[in-house]
Amino acid sequence: MINLENPKKFRALVNQARQVAENVFRPISRKYDRSEHAYPVELDMLAAIMDGMNDGTTGEGAGAGKLKQDNKAKKEGVQNGTNMSTVLSLAELCWGDVGLSLTLPRQGLGNAAIAAVADDEQFARFGNKWAAMAITEPGFGSDSAAVRTTAVRDGDEYVINGEKIYVTSGERADCVVVWASVDRSLGRAAIKSFIVEKGTPGMDIVRLEKKLGIKASDTAAITFTDCRIPASNLLGDPEVNVEKGFAGVMQTFDNTRPVVAAMAVGVAKASIDRTREILRKLKVKADYSTPFKLTSQLEAQLYRYEAEWEAARLLTLKAAWMADNGMPNSMEASMAKAKAGRTANAITLGCVEMLGTLGYGEEEMLEKWARDSKILDIFEGTQQIQQLIVARRLLGKSSAELK
Amino acid sequence: MAKDIQGVGLGIASRFAGSEFARKFGLRKPAEKLAYAGTKKGFEVIGQMVAKKAAKKGDAQILLPEPSKHGLFDLTLSEEQQMIKDTVRSYAEEVVRGLAHDANEAMTLPDTFLQDIMDLGLNFFSVPESLGGAAQAYSPTTSAIIAEELAWGDFSLAYATLAPVAVANAIVKWGTDAQKEKYLPAYLAETPVQAAIAVQEPAALFNPAKLSTKAKKTKTGFEISGVKTLVPFGGNANMYLVAARYKRKNRLFLVPGDAPGLSWKAAPAMGLRAVATGTLTMEKAPLSSDALLGGKDFDYQTFIDLGQLHWCALAIGACQAALDHLIPYVNEREAFGEPISHRQSVAFMVANIGIELESMRLMVWRAAALAEMGKPFHREAYLAQLLCADKAMEIGTNAVQLLGGHGFTKEHPAERWYRDLRILACINGGMHL
Repeated sequence: MINLENPKKFRALVNQARQVAENVFRPISRKYDRSEHAYPVELDMLAAIMDGMNDGTTGEGAGAGKLKQDNKAKKEGVQNGTNMSTVLSLAELCWGDVGLSLTLPRQGLGNAAIAAVADDEQFARFGNKWAAMAITEPGFGSDSAAVRTTAVRDGDEYVINGEKIYVTSGERADCVVVWASVDRSLGRAAIKSFIVEKGTPGMDIVRLEKKLGIKASDTAAITFTDCRIPASNLLGDPEVNVEKGFAGVMQTFDNTRPVVAAMAVGVAKASIDRTREILRKLKVKADYSTPFKLTSQLEAQLYRYEAEWEAARLLTLKAAWMADNGMPNSMEASMAKAKAGRTANAITLGCVEMLGTLGYGEEEMLEKWARDSKILDIFEGTQQIQQLIVARRLLGKSSAELK
Repeated sequence: MAKDIQGVGLGIASRFAGSEFARKFGLRKPAEKLAYAGTKKGFEVIGQMVAKKAAKKGDAQILLPEPSKHGLFDLTLSEEQQMIKDTVRSYAEEVVRGLAHDANEAMTLPDTFLQDIMDLGLNFFSVPESLGGAAQAYSPTTSAIIAEELAWGDFSLAYATLAPVAVANAIVKWGTDAQKEKYLPAYLAETPVQAAIAVQEPAALFNPAKLSTKAKKTKTGFEISGVKTLVPFGGNANMYLVAARYKRKNRLFLVPGDAPGLSWKAAPAMGLRAVATGTLTMEKAPLSSDALLGGKDFDYQTFIDLGQLHWCALAIGACQAALDHLIPYVNEREAFGEPISHRQSVAFMVANIGIELESMRLMVWRAAALAEMGKPFHREAYLAQLLCADKAMEIGTNAVQLLGGHGFTKEHPAERWYRDLRILACINGGMHL
């Protein structure tokens, strides 16, 4: 039955996330925006609460840590599961603060990768650790197949060499999921992901980036020099399967892209809500009572933002719903990410523009949200990468044909 | 007089299967599926009744249907919706698309179009079971799916098909029992009903809440005066459902096509040419005492919203048609030694059509589903209409652009989609989910 309302069963969870956003994130939001690289100590307490939230809801949690493409045991009927609860609650958390949401202990994207592909033994060892994700290198960004970091098998160990940048929570996390090639002559099929625990000799945090936004979240550059890890830290299938290629490591994105889309949905809503609040005092009601063409320019702009925001939100829910129901959702995940990323950026910037110097100044949070939103159209695949993926799917083209 | 649901389903399906074009276009299989659906539904209803009776006797709690799925986010069509969708799409593909070009040029409906499409049984689905139709419940989502699939064939011809259905939907939703009994049986007859909703008036900055058309009470009924634009069916409609100011409220009046005081002037427009649009002038047209649709529960804004959503659903169909047409074209058309789809500037336009088309569909489905559940949906309809008006035109213009010079000529349907899709931002009324 067609129903696009938020599922009732997640109301309590979503409300909890909203309470955190409003009462924990918002009060400290500006503080950690100003003091980049300072560790938000308030979050340790929160992490404990989050664990409680996750454990108390039979596997349907607020963070990225429990994401899974649910295609193993096909349950009866329609499911609203982990993917749905995660996008709903992360949108709420990011309504509070995107940077703080990204640095929530044990809710990193590395955790999503572990949840998606780890075997039982690995999940037992790493399931409760905070895992960051290290893909990007100085020489490439979107072109994930161009990984230069290598992992060479030596007895019961892999030896990792290379440099990773833009590792979200790279300094704070307990371990890092690293993409590396086991044989660079075999191309993308040889790219595997490895869990490297913090403190492993040869792994060095060399720098923390200074950024436009999401300053509460640390972004690390990490080098690996003859860094030895147990062979059992390889995630997924160790065999290089040229036929199957890259699919294993890319699969994580089908789950994480809707989550990033949800983050965009959250921050855009923050801007819309605050802008409406300020304009309401100036008698700009925008209550849908006047036909669109007869409204003021200001109201029309608000309506447009709201319509685009709703569309982004619904595309995000659809992608998550498909993942929960075991449907292949690569295209829909990219649609959601493309739409939500660009929409959130346009809305947050537009709200600053609407309010002039009031929006531009640090008295309001709007300028911060406009800075924070930009990353959401870049990481986990840029706008352009999402469009490429959608286009290839629609047109039936390979990455060799449609470059 | 009321047949049971199985009977109705079988009646529609066998009439359809026996029709000339079902044979010609190989549409018998979908019709058989539909008949199966009608039958199956019948059994389901009986099953539920038995369950309810059993529940009363024993432990009611245990025997009640499990409500756990209630309230879940879900985009799954019901079995019935899926079958209706498949059937209507086959018809759109095999019949409607082939008629579209000539109908647009001739600015008139193909001779037997309305008669033929009667056999698809859509009329039955707008009349409740209690009055002999096939509609189990008022379902805006099903109406939206039908509109989308028909408009995939052609926007104007879908409008011609659904304008009378929209009148029936409005009567079902708002009419008194007496009005339903008076007007709806015509939809089950052998001859097609030509009826349309008329709200739009010929003024720039027209606001549907500020109507110039006025109705007043007379000794014998009502009297209506005013001018309505972009009214379909070339002056041949049997009935109009006209929005007019009455006792300081916006109300709807059922106006017979042959009422005295009515005059018609053809007024072709940029698009919707197959339905032969025109201007309807009413000068002190006398109406019967039961011409005022519905009673105190009539909500004009909801009526307008359901109309706009219906247009949105048509636009989704035309936009999907454009995307489906563009994909093989950009894959086959070569420039500089390779398909133009290998260029990102082309591929990204296609990707964005896909993204925005899905945006439109989800927005419309959401509003329609809320309406179906009897919940408030004005905000959702308002935003859906706004988004669809923007994106439909963006898709329409990019469809022509991607075909280049070919898109500008009538060798491709893109120029027709371009003209038809412009209506989204221009019209009030005319439809009703």
